[in-house]
Amino acid sequence: MAPRRVVIRNHTAEANLFARRTFITLCGVIVLLLLLLVNIYNLQVSSYEKYQTRSNSNRIKLLPVAPNRGLIYDRNGVLLADNKPIYSLEIIPEDVEDIKATVKAVSELLSISEDRQTKFFKAMKRKRRFKPIDLHSRLSDQQVALFSVNQHKFTGVFVNARLKRYYPFGDLTTHNLGYVARINRKDANKLELEGKADNYAATYAIGKLGIERYYEDVLHGTIGHQEVEINNQGRVIRTLDYTPPQAGKDLTLTLDIELQMIAKRALSGKRGAIVAMDPRSGEVLAMYSNPSYDGNLFVHGISTKNYSKLLKSKDLPLINRSLQGYPPASTVKPFLALTGLEENIITPETRVWDPGFFQLPGLPNKYRDWKPWGHGWVTLTDAIEHSCNVYFYKLALELGITKISTMMERFGFGDYTGIDLHEESDGIMPSIAWKRARYNKPWYTGETLSVGIGQSYWTVTPLQLAQALTTLVNHGERKIPHLLKSTTEITKDEQGIAHDINTDVIYEEKAPIELSQKKHWDTVLKAMHNTVQKFGATGYNAFKGTTYDAAGKSGSAQVASIKQDEEYDAESTSENKRDNAMFIAFAPYKNPEIVVAVAIENVAKGGGGSNAGPVARQIMDQYFGNRVINAQSTTLQKANNKNAVASINHTGHSHSVSLMTIEQSAQRQQENN
Amino acid sequence: MRHTGQEQQKSKSLWQKLHIDLPLLIGILALMTLGVFVVYSAGGQEIGMVYSHGKRVVVALIVMMIVAQIPPLSYRKWAVPVFIIGLLLLVAVLLFGHVGKGAQRWIDVGFTKFQPSEIMKLIVPIMIAWYISQSNLPVKLSNVIIAFILVLMPTLLIAKQPDLGTSLLIASSGIFVIFLAGASWKLIAVCTGLVSAFIPILWMYLMKPYQKQRVETLFNPEQDPLGSGYHIIQSKIAIGSGGLEGKGWLHGTQSQLEFLPERHTDFIFAVFSEEFGLFGVTILLAVYLAVIMRGLWIAAHAQHAFTKLLAGSITLTFFVYVFVNIGMVSGLLPVVGVPLPLVSYGGTSMVTLMAGFGMLMAISTHRRFHV
Repeated sequence: MAPRRVVIRNHTAEANLFARRTFITLCGVIVLLLLLLVNIYNLQVSSYEKYQTRSNSNRIKLLPVAPNRGLIYDRNGVLLADNKPIYSLEIIPEDVEDIKATVKAVSELLSISEDRQTKFFKAMKRKRRFKPIDLHSRLSDQQVALFSVNQHKFTGVFVNARLKRYYPFGDLTTHNLGYVARINRKDANKLELEGKADNYAATYAIGKLGIERYYEDVLHGTIGHQEVEINNQGRVIRTLDYTPPQAGKDLTLTLDIELQMIAKRALSGKRGAIVAMDPRSGEVLAMYSNPSYDGNLFVHGISTKNYSKLLKSKDLPLINRSLQGYPPASTVKPFLALTGLEENIITPETRVWDPGFFQLPGLPNKYRDWKPWGHGWVTLTDAIEHSCNVYFYKLALELGITKISTMMERFGFGDYTGIDLHEESDGIMPSIAWKRARYNKPWYTGETLSVGIGQSYWTVTPLQLAQALTTLVNHGERKIPHLLKSTTEITKDEQGIAHDINTDVIYEEKAPIELSQKKHWDTVLKAMHNTVQKFGATGYNAFKGTTYDAAGKSGSAQVASIKQDEEYDAESTSENKRDNAMFIAFAPYKNPEIVVAVAIENVAKGGGGSNAGPVARQIMDQYFGNRVINAQSTTLQKANNKNAVASINHTGHSHSVSLMTIEQSAQRQQENN
Repeated sequence: MRHTGQEQQKSKSLWQKLHIDLPLLIGILALMTLGVFVVYSAGGQEIGMVYSHGKRVVVALIVMMIVAQIPPLSYRKWAVPVFIIGLLLLVAVLLFGHVGKGAQRWIDVGFTKFQPSEIMKLIVPIMIAWYISQSNLPVKLSNVIIAFILVLMPTLLIAKQPDLGTSLLIASSGIFVIFLAGASWKLIAVCTGLVSAFIPILWMYLMKPYQKQRVETLFNPEQDPLGSGYHIIQSKIAIGSGGLEGKGWLHGTQSQLEFLPERHTDFIFAVFSEEFGLFGVTILLAVYLAVIMRGLWIAAHAQHAFTKLLAGSITLTFFVYVFVNIGMVSGLLPVVGVPLPLVSYGGTSMVTLMAGFGMLMAISTHRRFHV
């Protein structure tokens, strides 16, 4: 207890003191309240925009919407790459009252395996709130129908449709179209580097190979956005705005799928490649490499087992042989002859004695002809018709490697053709400089002789051969081979009606080859005409009785070296050391419309004329036969893209002939896969 | 003095008979009404929450009325024993208290749990005011020291629970009494110096890591935007995005979409600022200032040193509530658990506050009891 003292209190003084102190505190209170107000003024007025933005970025999320990938058609409007809907069954656990019971009931209804259910519950543990989880990623149509009828019983469970790439022709088009597959880390990094990552925010797959890869930017389209308001847990409250994606452009290729099918049939059971081109434009009409594989496998993510099977197959199905180098063998003789004429080493009348072999002066080595007893006296035409090696040994020797390689490079050998595929290889056009750079060794004259018959280090791709032949038949005009014919963009006008804008792709030409005398072209082309048309010439049997006027040149490339005095016998040589058969052809002889290059590996018997020649003929038969039927064909519209989800308003491409056959065989391919 | 009292008694109005100070009541009811609306918005527009809030408001008003009936000078008789019981209860809380939200604040007395620290908010100013008013003003140094010790005991006990917010309020309620009693400026300067010197020691040895983090967060909330900085960042976003006019009642996205934590309790000011903007904030602060000024007016016109000091302390403690809460929500002060008085959803603290206002009303209306 406090002490009880008698104190005389001065109440007035105390009251005054207290009043003073109260006044001071009141001032303090006002100052501090003003301080609060100033601080809030700073937040609400000075920094208003900053906090307004942050408040919006809290609540507004942009959900990316993937654009539909452009479709790919062949030159006649047959659909080659489609987007097909696949249906997945998804659940948002937060929207479901009893998740275990619901999963069980749905699984029972749609007979979903225990496995998938376990996977679902595992995924549920590590996902973000209000994100849907797949219970089944590829529902059948039946399951979709069954669920739709019963949907009202399952809140929070829904079917989601996504588009996936589908190649209806399977392995027939894989080497040209390539395929799309899931964007992996490497792709993501690359997109990031190129500043395209934002545009791919919602995209699942990217072109990995072929046309899909080369024209990725054209096919992909532009991302759209859905602007939604979300709460602090990420649940979507409402949609504020929607910017639709712009679908990628459709591509129409130069390929003719029917010709492609013939190419496949012609190569069945063989390893090799066919390239058919229109020499007037450089359009690739067919390009097929056998064996091939089904690109659809990669779209869904290929299994390790399937992939290693493809990798380990000794037939190397993953390689596009149309773009791989082969020794050109005698197919390059017309080009060498042209070089001889241009360099004035030979004339059409020059005669050479062929005893069956050729020897460098003063050296014992014999360079053999394919005909052991020789062709006797031969002129340039004879030499091409019968593919006489000795003639070309002599020509090569007199030309020398430098003149040869210079001219051959002008035809595009040893360089990329510039086709719209990234998988192209450039082959090898050997030269002194090339050998120095590659092997750091001098050039030997003997090697020049081998080059004279398209052997030695020389490799060309079937596509290069087709391109060089194009230049030859065009009298020096050089076309760039290409697969893309036109692009189609769908735009909407003010009334919202979709319009197609078709843009033909224009390709530049390369600098033409100018010869001192134009008749040299004709001399060589005439010899190639004889090769096919004259009885007994190397291409005669293959093209006997055609309705069109063809010309061509065969080639048999030695794969293994043969020792001096040794005889080559295909049957006794192990399979992978047997000769490759080559053939180049064009038709009609006057005003050519098609050039074909064929390479077939390790043929059992005979040379290019008997193995590759008939293959080239089948393509031409189809090509010219096609035109006859084409005149009376019925017009078929959108035959193949009935179930395309992307609503594409196509002007009907007129499409020729036996579409039934195509569909049937496409189906057959699917079954086989 | 007696003369004036008689005069006033003659002109006693109905409100005075009821021991209600009308201007103060109007201010309080204005804040409470506002509180009901903001709680409705902050609580996700649930009418149930408004009911339970309304119930507490009514209970608090009744408590205020009852307290207002007690003649204030009679508190003095009870000051010492109640203060001692209060201290014992605080010790008991530390020893046997109920743990809630990481702190021991509650004591279980069979039928209910209660917080002795809440009661100390009222007992401490009474105790100090009583002690100091025993001797003449201005207060002497020796008395100041004893008063300090009396304040420090409950403050430390409550800080130990730990309940920083309440211990701060209790310490300030005591210190305000000492200041109003005329502690010399020299002494105030020395004490301020000592406290400043004490801060580093407090920081290094006495503060718990989570308390330190709160202070660090104050200076740099962006350091841990999803952790310790989350409250203050979201709160500043809410206030800032309200702008001049606010987003409108029930339309604050920060609160309605639940980005703002503790939005109906300690952070209700952010909800209010987001929805009513700077205009609303200015009006709210003006109402608070009006209530405080009325409280200080009552203190200045009280007729005894004890009631003057008590009224001043209660009013200023109310101001500390306002300042600390708005300061922490708007990022000026570290986060300590202090509600926005009369607006925040919450029971105990509102009842204590209103009991305090009851005392103020008693001081304003009971004028015949003099020494």
